[in-house]
Parts: sequence; structure tokens; C-alpha cells
Amino acid sequence: MKLPEPSEIVDDLEFLGDWESRYQYIIDLGKALPKLPEDARADELKVKGCQSDVWLLPSHQGDVMTFQVDSDAVIVRGLLALVMSAYNEKSPAEILQFDIDGFFKELDLERHISPTRGNGLRAIVGKIRELAATG
Amino acid sequence: MALDVQAIRAQFPILSREVNGKPLVYLDNAATTQKPQAMIDALVSFYTECNSNVHRGAHALSDESTRRYEHARDVVAGFIGAASREEVIWTSGTTESINIVSKGMAQRLQAGDEVLVTEMEHHANLVTWQQACKAAGARLLVVPILANGALDADAFVTMLSEKTAFVAMPQVSNALGTVNPVRSLIKEVRARSPRALVLIDGAQGVAHGGVKVADLDCDFYAFSGHKMFGPTGVGVLWGRRALLAEWPVWLTGGEMIAEVSYQDATWGALPHRLEAGTPHISGAVGLAAAIEWFQTLDVADVQAHEKALLDRAVALGSEFKGLRLVGAAPEKIGVFSFVIEGTHPADIGFILDKQGVAIRTGDHCAQPLMKRLGLPGTARASFSVYNTLDEVDALFTALAKARDMLV
Ligand SMILES: Cc1ncc(COP(=O)(O)O)c(C=O)c1O
Repeated sequence: MKLPEPSEIVDDLEFLGDWESRYQYIIDLGKALPKLPEDARADELKVKGCQSDVWLLPSHQGDVMTFQVDSDAVIVRGLLALVMSAYNEKSPAEILQFDIDGFFKELDLERHISPTRGNGLRAIVGKIRELAATG
Repeated sequence: MALDVQAIRAQFPILSREVNGKPLVYLDNAATTQKPQAMIDALVSFYTECNSNVHRGAHALSDESTRRYEHARDVVAGFIGAASREEVIWTSGTTESINIVSKGMAQRLQAGDEVLVTEMEHHANLVTWQQACKAAGARLLVVPILANGALDADAFVTMLSEKTAFVAMPQVSNALGTVNPVRSLIKEVRARSPRALVLIDGAQGVAHGGVKVADLDCDFYAFSGHKMFGPTGVGVLWGRRALLAEWPVWLTGGEMIAEVSYQDATWGALPHRLEAGTPHISGAVGLAAAIEWFQTLDVADVQAHEKALLDRAVALGSEFKGLRLVGAAPEKIGVFSFVIEGTHPADIGFILDKQGVAIRTGDHCAQPLMKRLGLPGTARASFSVYNTLDEVDALFTALAKARDMLV
């Protein structure tokens, strides 16, 4: 799936006023995000959230970093799709430059990525940035 | 007489607030209940009128707060039918209450002893015993549940023996709502395992009313204030006086001693020997106010109302496409745990929250139980005396929207 660019997502969500259509959009992104095959959902890739689990499978392709992500909860998958729009197939420098908190804030979704929210998203972002920093 | 639910609701200020622009429908009572004005007033009154430390002051305020604090103990003793006030030990909650017992037992268990718990245990009544057994080289036996979530009483009986040193079980399961027939199970314990002590985890049982420890014939009963209309941070361990009088002290320090020298100390009398340090005075006072408030209600009315709520949820649930009830024991109270095909509980909880409906999702601090049931977790609506049938309907309206959005 080709994910929309962050700027497109911002535009789309801005256009959708009420919570139902906004979350329907996120849910639909979540459904469209490719799943990790069951056997790739290895424990060492797992980031345990307290409500749902999240998996991250990183790899390199030339100069860019690619990630496969998954969650057992579809709203988290949708939020992961947002994270992927920012980070997937980007260079380490681009990843480190990107202001993910600002992005989520602009989407009015910052509470999902706050450190107190135990959904694993924050941990995934931390891991991706760490990988980008160490090359 | 039927309960006047609207009159009860009017006493819980939080119930009139909105969440996400919608009237709050609070169905997370198994996690913690809301607080009546009478309990809030008791806390305010304590801090505004008589705050001071207990048992030690040479002044009027200390006398007064000691009086309120020790009166609170009398209220609890009366409420659960303790034989004496010294049998009521203040703790920070169920978890601490169980730990006092399990840490004491860890010193008494012998290699070869057996401890029984059930498959439906909350971590508080599982990890404690598992660790006590590890420390003592005793064996932890886990009594299975049946497919419907009821305890397998036959298995329970066959697992009892002369080797059984301790039995710990919940009065009501927080994840399934199963009500265990503790009285008859304890009869079996007494008949087959003469030296076994029994602890009942009353965290989910006590707020439904009618608990009398002497009827249950248990040796220890543990509960939390916050799950029965009282403050967080305070709870109770009830135990038979003869046991508590000898129980290994678990915390040492002020309040709990008789005489102290630099090299030695002797322990004070019950209840203080198990209550080191400055206690949660306002918590105890608040819990007593909550209990006194609860005692104005008729227990049979409360239970009939809660049964009506659960029956309605089960009836609506059976017609709701894709919904599977988790835990269908014939004796059940307060808890409606479920999964919806093609959805994850966390997503359900989130979409419900957006509609003002508060439930809990996840493993409910019972990971081995969820594993046993083959579930990543459940969504759980749990009811209290102030919930209405309309709120049960609102739950299902909100669930229908969640299913539409998610599936
Ligand atoms: C059955 C059961 N036991 C023990 C506990 C632990 O209670 P607390 O966290 O108040 O110590 C709970 C709370 O969820 C419970 O439901």
C-alpha cells in the first residue's frame, strides 16, 4: 500500500470534522496497512502496550530505512500508519528531523502518542529514532 | 421494595458530568466505584476540622482524630461481622492485605505443603501465593474452571488433602463475574484439610453487600476501600484473632511496638502490631462513611437491582451480532465481560469512550486466565448500585456504533 504523505493526512483529517469520520479514516488506514505474517510476529519484535501489542520489523534498503509494523488493535494500526507515513522509506537524517509530536499535534491526536498512553506507539517511535541515530 | 436509583445517583456528584461531550455512563465499577457525597464530606470534614496524628498526641485534635479513626474500625467490624474490632487491620488495599498473609505464610509453609488457588485469580491473589510457594518449596495447585467460567468444584474437592496448608480464592471473579460458592467450598476444606487456612479475596465481593465473615467460615478476608465507595489507598485485612495475634509482623517501626531498646523490640497488641507507621487516617474515616452510606440501602434491593442490570446486559448481548459473553457461570454478579468477533477489545473501549461510556479492556490483571481462555483480553462492563437499565441500553447503542465502525 502506498501510504498518503503526512501533509495529505493532515489535509484529509482537517476536512473531516466530527470524531466519527476522523476515527473512521484512521480505522480505514489501519485496515489497509499490510499485516505482518503471523510467523513474523516474533516476541523479540514485540513492544508490549498495556492494552494491545505492537510489532516492529526494521530493515535497510540502500540509503533508506524501511519498517513493517503491526498491532492487534485496528486503531493502533491506523495510528501506526500515520507513523509510517512519516518514517517509512526515509533516510535516517529525514527520520531524525521529522517532528512526530508536532505532526500528531497538528492532527489533534497527540494524546495517542503521549508517554502516558500505554499503546506502544511511543515505544515504537523511540525505537525507530534510535535505529536511525545508530544507522 | 425497589431501589430508588435516581435518588442514589443524586448522591454521586461525578455521575452528572460529561465525557467527550456526552453524559458519562460509568461502567468500570469493578476497577473502582464512584464516591457518594457523604464519603467526600467525611474526608473534607476530617481535614478541615480535626486533622492530626492518631494515638500519640496530648491534645484535643489528636483525641478527636483517634476517635474517628477507631470508630471507623468499629464500623468495618460491624459491617463484615468481625468477632472483635481487633480483627480489623487497616491496609492500603486488597493487594497489601493478601501480601501480609502470603508473606507470613511463606515463613510457615514447609516443603511438600500445598497451596490451592483458582484459575480465575487476580494477579494479587496469584503472584503472592506463587512467590510464597517458591520461597518455601511448597507446591501451588491451580483449581480449574469449567467452560462456563464457574469453578470446577469437583476438582477443588479432589485437590484438597492433608497436605493442603492454604487455600486462597476470590469471592467474585473480577474478569468473569463468577460468584464462587465459598461457604460450601470452605466446608470441604474443613472436612478434608484440617490444618489448611483459607483466605477469601473479597475485592469484588464486598460491595455487593451481605458479607459476614463468620458465615463464610474463612480465616482471612481481604478487600479494598475504593471498590466499595471509599477512598483509594485504604483497605482491610480481616483475620481470626488468634491467628493475627501470632502472625509474623511484616512491617516494623512506630505504632506497632510494645518496648524498644537499641538491640531489641517487642511487638504491641492487635490490631496495631500489624499496622506500622502513621496509618491512612482520612482513608479509614472515609471508608467508614462509605460503609455507613451503603448500610442505608437494603442489601436484597441492591442485589436485585444489580441482577436486573446484568440480566439486561446478558439478554441484549445474546441478540447482538458477533458478541460472545466471556463467563456464563450460573452464579454471577456485577461483571459483563465480552468479545466482539473481528474486533480487539482496546478498539471497542476506545470507541465507547468517545461516546461517554467508560468500560475496561485488557487482561484485567488475570493474564493466566486470559491465556487459558485463549483470548488477548476482553471488554468488561461492570455495574454498581447507581447504574440504570437505561445505561445498559446506552452501552449497547454505543457498542452497535463501535461494531459499525470497526468491522
Ligand atoms: C479480585 C481482585 N482481587 C484483588 C484486586 C486488587 O485490589 P487493589 O488493587 O485495590 O489492591 C482486585 C482489583 O482489581 C480484584 O478485582
